[in-house]
Amino acid sequence: MSTAVTLSVRIGDLHLRNPVMPASGTFAEDLAQVIDFNRLGAIVTKTITRELRNGNPLPRVVEQPGGMINAIGIPSKGVPDFIERTMPHYAPYDTPLVVSISAPTAEGFASLAAELTIPGIAAIEANISCPNIEEDGKAFAMRAESTENVTRQLRAATNLPLWMKLTPNTGDMPDVARAAEAAGADAVVIANTILSMAIDLKTFKPCLGNIMGGLSGPAVKPIILRHVFQCAKAVSIPIIGCGGISTAEDAIEYLLAGASAVQVGTATFLQPAAMTTIIDGLETFCIRREIPRITDLIGAVVVEEADEPDVAWLSPAS
Amino acid sequence: MSTQVGRNHKETAAPPAKGDHAHAPWKASVVAELALVITNEAMNDEYRHLVVSCGEEAARAKPGQFFQLLCPHPPTGEQPFLRRPMSLYGADPETRQVAFLYKVTGAGTRGLDTLKSGDRLDIMGPLGQGFVLDPRWRHIVVVGRGAGLATLAPLAQAAHRVGTAVTAILSARRPELLVSQETFAHHGAEVIAVTDSQASSGPANVERILRQLIADGRCDAFFTCGSSRLMRVQQRLAHEFGLPGQVAMEQQMACGIGLCHCCVRDFRVDGEIVNRRVCCDGPVFNLMEALP
Repeated sequence: MSTAVTLSVRIGDLHLRNPVMPASGTFAEDLAQVIDFNRLGAIVTKTITRELRNGNPLPRVVEQPGGMINAIGIPSKGVPDFIERTMPHYAPYDTPLVVSISAPTAEGFASLAAELTIPGIAAIEANISCPNIEEDGKAFAMRAESTENVTRQLRAATNLPLWMKLTPNTGDMPDVARAAEAAGADAVVIANTILSMAIDLKTFKPCLGNIMGGLSGPAVKPIILRHVFQCAKAVSIPIIGCGGISTAEDAIEYLLAGASAVQVGTATFLQPAAMTTIIDGLETFCIRREIPRITDLIGAVVVEEADEPDVAWLSPAS
Repeated sequence: MSTQVGRNHKETAAPPAKGDHAHAPWKASVVAELALVITNEAMNDEYRHLVVSCGEEAARAKPGQFFQLLCPHPPTGEQPFLRRPMSLYGADPETRQVAFLYKVTGAGTRGLDTLKSGDRLDIMGPLGQGFVLDPRWRHIVVVGRGAGLATLAPLAQAAHRVGTAVTAILSARRPELLVSQETFAHHGAEVIAVTDSQASSGPANVERILRQLIADGRCDAFFTCGSSRLMRVQQRLAHEFGLPGQVAMEQQMACGIGLCHCCVRDFRVDGEIVNRRVCCDGPVFNLMEALP
């Protein structure tokens, strides 16, 4: 029955056997105990940085109804450790390896991308959105100008497919996505976690060592889905949807909203085989609905002319 | 040395060789499964005993390993989201059962408290590096307090099986909270109970008992869990007498399988402070590397 459906998708020039991959930071070689990496559409590493980073003080996670807030702080052992110790774990698999990178400056991003433009890396995902990196949660992807600048410098530094991972913590995501596209990104990942916090009523202290963190999990899905829908209308490069996907149905919603592929993160923490379960579910859905190619679902949300949402009433000015 | 507890699961999880994957059946070594609740009963005023029927892999759990439990939502309206790590209290590969001991303290354990015989519980495991028993050790000393008593209990049977004698120093606030006493006694361990209410649980008294055991040649290794103060006493004695030791450590977790880096702790390794993940580098660590 598996021959009936084509699950493969394209992200720019990169072909994926299916549209399901991990979200950066929720995946490591340890997961090979649970799922077969050769079944995934792609592998996305934890974000690496040039400098060695220990990560944030504990607690690094606090749960919420339907989700969790994390502030791990991107512990990183640097580039040589990644190349010598982490990459070999993925060499036996013929699944494209996407390396997630971060840096404190646009130049830092560019030089890191250049250094990682090596055989074995299929694409670069620039994490310009992680809310924990910079003071007070600020990040490149909060503004179109800084997004355009860092994307342009990255584009000049590498010929690998370049994915820009955007933040929902901005006023105008479509504008930021357009900036990434204009500066030469091959795809945008929408999105990283939503900046948030929680306070412990026993101690009156923030629940996280870092005070603020990023919300993920099913609670964010409707919000990020809406961002994907809006950004899909703004750009013509592929969108990789990422936010609260735990089931095949969630993934299909994202495809319908305009995503060409999806990333699964927090769901893996609850059900470590979530990604392969989702892949199976996508196939089953397509068979049941007689959809020959998963790509037929991309952007296929049906919005009748009269149903076009009137956002004007949402604006306080109106 | 006592600590073959480093990262040996990495080797067992070696990826398939290129080209082999096309037809080689891939098999998970860690699975989440819906276990069947056999019993879930109060053991004393504080602890509850949960026994579930599970698959073959889970029932082969080793002392010191743990499971990640997906707790049901309690009637209080709380919504535990993440799995809860729970150390193994007992495992029986023949009846395919695992047991846990828990104290109701938060949303997750309040959820576990609702489970009844015949209910399903999503368990994932066994996880982490457990205790390692060196068959050359003739006599080990187990020192536990609080929830650590549950974590150490499976050692009683494991040591008995390989013919290693056990002295268990079990510490609690009151005698009725000494949960694993019968388990240790049942497997032939000598049990020394120390309690706050009898003013016998202080580090000085425990140190006095340990020094006597060492003097009597009845301490080839330390095994401990549940008390930083008692851990420090054992670290000092282990250093003084050149004895090995293992400690099971706790930490808040999210994924439980090494992905998220939420459960890191500091360890002193060769004079340097290093971060290790309790879920997959532990939860059992070299006693001499642990920091409180």
